[in-house]
Amino acid sequence: MYQTTYHRASSVDEAVSLFGKSSEAKFLAGGQTLLPVMKQRLASPSDVIDLGKIKELQGVELSGDTLTIKAATTYYDIMTNADVKKAIPAIAYLTSVLGDPAVRYRGTIGGSIANNDPAADFPAALLALGATVKTNKRSIAAEDFFQGLFSTALEDGEIITAVSFPVPAKAGYEKMRHPASRFALTGVFVAQTKSGEVRVAATGASQSGVMRVPAIEAALKANWSPSAIDSVSISASGLLADIHGTAEYRANLVKVMAQRAVAAAS
Amino acid sequence: MGVEGIGARVVRKEDKRFITGKGRYVDDIKLTGMTHAYFIRSSHAHAKVKGIDSSAALKMPGVVAVLTGKQLVDDKVGNLICGWAITSKDGSPMKMGAWPAMAPETVRFVGQAVAVVIAESKNLARDAAEAVVVDYEELPAVADIQAAIKSGAPQLHPEAPGNQVYDWVLGDEGAVSSAFSKAANVVKLDVTNNRLAPNAMEPRAAIADYDAAEEHFTLYTTSQNPHVARLVLSAFYNIAPEHKLRVIAPDVGGGFGSKIFIYPEEMVALWASKKVGRPVKWTGDRTEAFLTDAHGRDHVTHAEMAFDANNKITGLRVKTYANFGAYMSLFSSSVPTYLYATLLSGQYNIPAIHAEVIGVYTNTTPVDAYRGAGRPEASYLIERLMETAARQLKVDPAQLRRTNFITQFPHQTPVIMAYDTGDFNASLDAAMKAIDYAGFPARKAHAKSQGKLRGIGVSCYIEACGIAPSKAVGSLGAGVGLWESAEVRVNPVGTIEILTGSHSHGQGHETTFCQLVAERLGVPISQVSIVHGDTDKVQFGMGTYGSRSAAVGLTAILKAMEKMESKAKKIAAHALEASEADIVIENGEFKVTGTDKAIALPMVALAAYTAHNLPEGMEPGLKESAFYDPTNFTFPAGAYICELEVDPGTGKTSFVNFVAADDFGRLINPMIVEGQVHGGLVQGIGQALLEHAIYDANGQPVTASFMDYAMPRADDVPSFNLSHTTTLCPGNPLGIKGCGEAGAIGASAAVINAITDAIDKNNLEMPATPDRVWRTIHAA
Repeated sequence: MYQTTYHRASSVDEAVSLFGKSSEAKFLAGGQTLLPVMKQRLASPSDVIDLGKIKELQGVELSGDTLTIKAATTYYDIMTNADVKKAIPAIAYLTSVLGDPAVRYRGTIGGSIANNDPAADFPAALLALGATVKTNKRSIAAEDFFQGLFSTALEDGEIITAVSFPVPAKAGYEKMRHPASRFALTGVFVAQTKSGEVRVAATGASQSGVMRVPAIEAALKANWSPSAIDSVSISASGLLADIHGTAEYRANLVKVMAQRAVAAAS
Repeated sequence: MGVEGIGARVVRKEDKRFITGKGRYVDDIKLTGMTHAYFIRSSHAHAKVKGIDSSAALKMPGVVAVLTGKQLVDDKVGNLICGWAITSKDGSPMKMGAWPAMAPETVRFVGQAVAVVIAESKNLARDAAEAVVVDYEELPAVADIQAAIKSGAPQLHPEAPGNQVYDWVLGDEGAVSSAFSKAANVVKLDVTNNRLAPNAMEPRAAIADYDAAEEHFTLYTTSQNPHVARLVLSAFYNIAPEHKLRVIAPDVGGGFGSKIFIYPEEMVALWASKKVGRPVKWTGDRTEAFLTDAHGRDHVTHAEMAFDANNKITGLRVKTYANFGAYMSLFSSSVPTYLYATLLSGQYNIPAIHAEVIGVYTNTTPVDAYRGAGRPEASYLIERLMETAARQLKVDPAQLRRTNFITQFPHQTPVIMAYDTGDFNASLDAAMKAIDYAGFPARKAHAKSQGKLRGIGVSCYIEACGIAPSKAVGSLGAGVGLWESAEVRVNPVGTIEILTGSHSHGQGHETTFCQLVAERLGVPISQVSIVHGDTDKVQFGMGTYGSRSAAVGLTAILKAMEKMESKAKKIAAHALEASEADIVIENGEFKVTGTDKAIALPMVALAAYTAHNLPEGMEPGLKESAFYDPTNFTFPAGAYICELEVDPGTGKTSFVNFVAADDFGRLINPMIVEGQVHGGLVQGIGQALLEHAIYDANGQPVTASFMDYAMPRADDVPSFNLSHTTTLCPGNPLGIKGCGEAGAIGASAAVINAITDAIDKNNLEMPATPDRVWRTIHAA
């Protein structure tokens, strides 16, 4: 690791102020991506501003039909939260299969979506559920937030404070775990909103990061059942391919995981 | 057996320090004035080193020196050696290119060191390393075996035309041809044995400390065999004569073969320590482990097996290409030859076998012994062949094995090995019973009704362990003898120290070796300590690998114990005024049999050291040593059966059951044996389902971190159902065969045989990733 200066911010305002005073600062949440990258000397921030201890960024609130998860809430705290399990059990499940126990104790929802790894689990949940990303400056619809591989709508120095999820009628998530990293080799989140809209998002599949899957949405809109997806054909074009999965295999997984997510949806 | 004697499930003595974080590994050691090394490694698979400019680095803070491969060669540090000479079929010796510890002119794999920075801290050394400018001229590279042997392929070493190290044969080609010409059926199979990265939990590390006044070196290193390291460093690398070099291997966090070898880093650390006049420490990181720890396996094989009309095997023909990587590592040449082809008879009566092995250089990390070393490759091949044959001949795979089992012992195979004892039917019976083999068809049908493809796979392995009779391996080209040594010291107060040339790096020697003493003397193991891993303390030793430490190392301790006990009995008889022949040892006492006369061990020991009243002419003291050279290999064997389900939608494999029935001879500590089997099985399953060290066509490693290289995790493997069917090894007095490698040798074939049974397609390579299985299921 290169030399860096560590700051522990006690409020969002302090974090923003520290960021403004630094030449090349990085915000640190759970550190599950940033710290390994720094250890490999692939990143060399002048300053690291830790958001993990900021009280206003911790916790879960359920208010009417909106579930709000503060940005620095760890996966473990999300997975075990009673409101999450009651309102959107698919999110509790997604979190329980995210990474491994060490990752779940440290990693945060805000860190995950700010990084927008193309194989991360949470972007699929946000996109399928039509969530809203709250920052210290504004609210951004999930649709607009994710902008391709490791790219988001966040501006320099902007801090995610929370994610708000409309509570759906039904939702489910299934993933094929990457055998080495435990990211999603491909994961699919399906949701039926209370107004009857169907939204399906796949992660780990596309070369452009998390994506909606309109063909499956249409099939499920007509008939919310796994068998409705039988006749859907997913093209391998534009999908990721590597030593753990060909593009054709990932295309198959989009379909199979969607079917299983529907079967598991509640 | 006593509560702590042979056969007792004694809790491991060493675990207190490991579990409480008190283990003392090389990286925990800090010497006064110690500097830190950081290696500058090639990012090219093949390139000329045109120049190294370290002027900027030398001006950076904390930098002590920047040393290059050219300086190392100028100082006449020897090239790395390969310690087992193999002769090609045309009578020529193997063809080896030179391997300097840092490359002065040419790099041949990604990760090969060209220079080293010595600095006040590791981080400062790494900072400075980034300022060293290496001017490379890239050369074409080749990583794949098949590509490397094609005409026109990039050439690695001028000494080895066509990238061929040797073309070696074993067996009677004429007899095999005759068997095939008369065969009723011939079964053919092409298999690849995937390359693995060993990934011991503790990365390799070294601290070299040169004492200019004494002209003496001390090397702390992560070694499975510190005496062999000292021997090689002294005899071949021109570092220092043996009496001026002390090698210490303290706690070592796993080896699996990868820490047998002498690596460039410890040679450079020793040389650099003398050059800079201060201790030099190097601790590898995980990336360096992936790039530079010797890899395992990497074979491409075509095999054919001939059967008569009664499904008896009449002949076996094998042609294997073995990838050695860019250089010949210490024991690499022996792995695909004498550790592989000699096991091709498996558990079966095969009258004629012929094997040809072609060793190939590629621009990849060197390949050497990794848990099982040659025997997993042999066992995987034979057991895939047997399963393929059963499918082709339409007979039950277990029955086909029984038809061909060796049942008379000793049995001389056509490929050197003489199996001493075994009961292969007993192991297979036990495994089939444990998994309810007869009930499988009903379970398969039920799984099918649930949309799952269920399969069962058998693997009956045999291995040659307890390496090895020195004369025998010497006649086959080995550069060392493979005996073991031990010393038993009874202290004047009656506590006991066992000095052993075996080295424990996870095997639990500090417990099992004490159990032998407890068994023989009836003293608690708390009164016994095991001393190992230091060439200044232990007389000599050949180290730990090849499942040899109990069969060979513990037998050496037994021999020393017998000598010590004989002397102690004389002292006891003298003190008790009895005949030596009447003395028996029980519960820590020397008793006159049939009487209540006894003298405790501490009193005997005290008498030996006070020497006030010893038998006439007896030397004082109670300390004996022994060297033990085995008369044969040992032959652990067993039957593994795996039952699993494949999800046709994803190709993912889920275990239903995995049973292992092993014959290891006598067990010293069944709990530790089970742990060894569990670990071995996980490594075998890892090879079958997950692990693969991959290079692209240009020799760039694709899997150089745990983000891409899939190590098995606990939830990837089933709970194992273990049992033992014991036949005692006649080759050593304790009847021990060895258990360290069995799981890794037998497991992979059981898994692949089960998957290919489930999906009803025979051609499937390892690792059987979900993607690969899914594509195989859906292939036309």
